[in-house]
Amino acid sequence: MSDDPRHAPRAGHGRAPDVFRPGAWVPMREYGEDEAVDFVIVGTGAGGGTLACKLAEHGFSVVAMDAGPYFRPLEDFASDEAEQSKLYWTDDRISTGENPIQLGSNNSGKAVGGSTVHFAMVSLRFRPEWFKSRTLLGYGFDWPLDWQEMWHYYHEVEEALKIAGPITYPWGPPRPRYPYRAHPLNAAAMALAKGCEAMGVAWTETPIATLSAPRGLAHPCVYRGFCVTGCSTNAKQSALVTWIPRAIAAGAEIRDLAMVGRVETGPDGLATGVHYHREGRWRFQKARNVVVAGYSIETPRLLLNSATARYPQGLANSSGLVGKYLMVQANQAVWGKMEAEVRSYKAPPSLAITEHWNYDDNKDFFGGYCYMSQGPLPQLWANTQINAHGLWGEPLMQEMQDYNHQVGLKIVGEMLPQERNGVTLAEDKDQYGLPVPRVSYSWCDNDKALIAHSLGFMEKALGAIDATDIWRQEDDTCHLNGGARMGGDPRTSVVDADCRSWDIRNLWICDGSVFPTVGGVNPSLTIQAIACRTGDRIKQMATRGEL
Amino acid sequence: MPDPGRYPGYDVLRKRHTPSWNDKTRQVVDARLAVPREPRFFTGQEMAMVTAIADRLVPQPRSRPPVPVAALIDDKLHKGHEDGFRGDGMPREREAWRRGLAALDAEARARHGAGFAGLPGPQQDALLKRMEQGGLSGPAWGGMPSKTFFKQRMAKDIVFAYYAHPTAWSEIGFGGPASPRGYVRLGYDERDPWEAAEARDGDAGDAQRKNRNVG
Ligand SMILES: Cc1cc2nc3c(=O)[nH]c(=O)nc-3n(C[C@H](O)[C@H](O)[C@H](O)COP(=O)(O)OP(=O)(O)OC[C@H]3O[C@@H](n4cnc5c(N)ncnc54)[C@H](O)[C@@H]3O)c2cc1C
Ligand code: SF4
Repeated sequence: MSDDPRHAPRAGHGRAPDVFRPGAWVPMREYGEDEAVDFVIVGTGAGGGTLACKLAEHGFSVVAMDAGPYFRPLEDFASDEAEQSKLYWTDDRISTGENPIQLGSNNSGKAVGGSTVHFAMVSLRFRPEWFKSRTLLGYGFDWPLDWQEMWHYYHEVEEALKIAGPITYPWGPPRPRYPYRAHPLNAAAMALAKGCEAMGVAWTETPIATLSAPRGLAHPCVYRGFCVTGCSTNAKQSALVTWIPRAIAAGAEIRDLAMVGRVETGPDGLATGVHYHREGRWRFQKARNVVVAGYSIETPRLLLNSATARYPQGLANSSGLVGKYLMVQANQAVWGKMEAEVRSYKAPPSLAITEHWNYDDNKDFFGGYCYMSQGPLPQLWANTQINAHGLWGEPLMQEMQDYNHQVGLKIVGEMLPQERNGVTLAEDKDQYGLPVPRVSYSWCDNDKALIAHSLGFMEKALGAIDATDIWRQEDDTCHLNGGARMGGDPRTSVVDADCRSWDIRNLWICDGSVFPTVGGVNPSLTIQAIACRTGDRIKQMATRGEL
Repeated sequence: MPDPGRYPGYDVLRKRHTPSWNDKTRQVVDARLAVPREPRFFTGQEMAMVTAIADRLVPQPRSRPPVPVAALIDDKLHKGHEDGFRGDGMPREREAWRRGLAALDAEARARHGAGFAGLPGPQQDALLKRMEQGGLSGPAWGGMPSKTFFKQRMAKDIVFAYYAHPTAWSEIGFGGPASPRGYVRLGYDERDPWEAAEARDGDAGDAQRKNRNVG
């Protein structure tokens, strides 16, 4: 029997894959399609997977669907960049604008566990002021969330993922201890540290979602460095091995290879369930509440694709903002070579970080950035050389000979929200017959100023540690956010602080798309913290009869 | 005598039976090494052209069996694996390759009176350079920007194919697959015994000895 999780669903018949044991299963509760479940969740990544856990643990009936496969990392993951491209969302998409973004491997996962299956695990808190960046810092939009409440939920997520981090974090208000000790530095991280010391800015070990000590059936990180192509040892604390097993234990059902094509609404305008494609045909799952958690491209796409006569602009879109104010983060880098061997392929790519420029407000642009050490694997590195450095032929082969001596610093930088950046529907259809998304992105002057500042600073930092052959990679971006933002006013936002749509009160959006601004840190910790908060809020509202 | 290279005698495949490779890795790398050399997506002529382009972008030493770049790309297109996005004016991947190759060949014939694969290296390079800069736009391109085809499709697929191969990993001293055994020594100039040793300061002999024991 073929056991390729990409060809036939694994979850079903009362069981789900046991992600901790090859070939094994765990019991899973199942719900009938005609039985309206309390919540059907579309997407099982940082947002959907976390919320499924919280809601199931609060006693709600939950079915969570994902278009992607249900992997058992120990048996399904190879140590191989090419093979592991099976983790990415590679359905057709069109990318346009003045600065078209790379999708696929760069920011979009498709698996139970979502993009956290291949994320780099960097787990950072927002700077408190960013939740009120319009009021306190003069740009972007205010969030309807309070930073102190978020501080509480960040802690919940850090405990749930056993984040390995430093003893004291150099920036922002005090935070509780990280549950696990920081990882040792690899040479690439030592280069970052030395550069920061030379430039007179603080650095620290990156708080990261991979184990520095055993936990349950998972053993600690073995420093193999294939993290962004999936962790075959289960040290990485992805949603697949954390929130989802908890969700199943608490009675949630996961449906893998289940592509939701449309959210259905009834005569009263409320959501009634979802149409989804599984095992060769379209099906319908009834639900009292629908949560969309497909990330910043697929969430707007699904809402737009669910338009009806009553909602001709798509669901939850009376503000006209579904698919608008999409944000990526700047991901520029400076690279150089060290005399000594660095071998940055060893260990997770980002073991040291500086958030200095997130907390310094004496800059001539809005927003901030952090930067981290890097460890690209050969395919990615060669593509960077040919595409960003413009090398091919003998010069490329020569440059690749120095692979083990490369060092790099890379930012995660805040781009400003702009209405023109976003997702619309194209004419072309995907394999299910659904209109594919058309994603448009252009940088604004502030984005360019931030990038220029960061490249200048990192170049000096590499120069200060005697790196040679220094060059700038000017065009990269990462992480998606926004596209269905939260706010305090139904006219200027899609959902409220509880991720509940203003227009359709039993339709929720719980993923990276609710961000009004992105900040200068990687987003997944914040996405998970919001999902934890949403789970608790739903429980409170249910208790009060407000659902 | 062939140049022993920076990592003399290092062969990442010698680790195949060690704890650095799990079963899944063995399975996928074995399949890659056995990739069919006969095209299943490209025509024979297209295949020859892809080989000619790859020889310019990732030139290989004659002292060892070549990485079958064209066959690996053919395999990917045959299976229909895609990146998951394309720029404005870009068709899907199979169509982009077909059209891009035909257009490049048409440019070669228009300028030099011969197909691309038959041109001398410098003329091939000059055409590829123009393509990289977006300077080719004959009717055969059908509106597809030659620069986008170069960067997003052609060059990318070629380097991805080349650096998916163990021969290329050995060439650059990459540790290769590393699961369940990862690494222990992480600092500057720290090498685990199961990693490639670099020939430094002309001492290839020492590196070669170490590389023979990698496993
Ligand atoms: C290479 C890489 C490295 C990263 N590194 C970091 C990092 O170090 N730190 C960090 O904080 N963040 C990182 N990120 C970003 C992080 O992974 C994402 O921000 C986060 O996972 C987004 O959460 P989400 O719930 O919004 O979406 P996702 O986690 O992407 O989950 C969405 C899920 O929904 C499913 N889906 C979508 N549409 C449908 C549909 N119609 N029907 C059924 N299912 C559907 C998808 O298959 C997917 O599984 C990284 C991302 C990438 C790609
Ligand atoms: S380095 Fe650690 S987290 Fe990354 S893939 Fe290896 S074991 Fe997993």
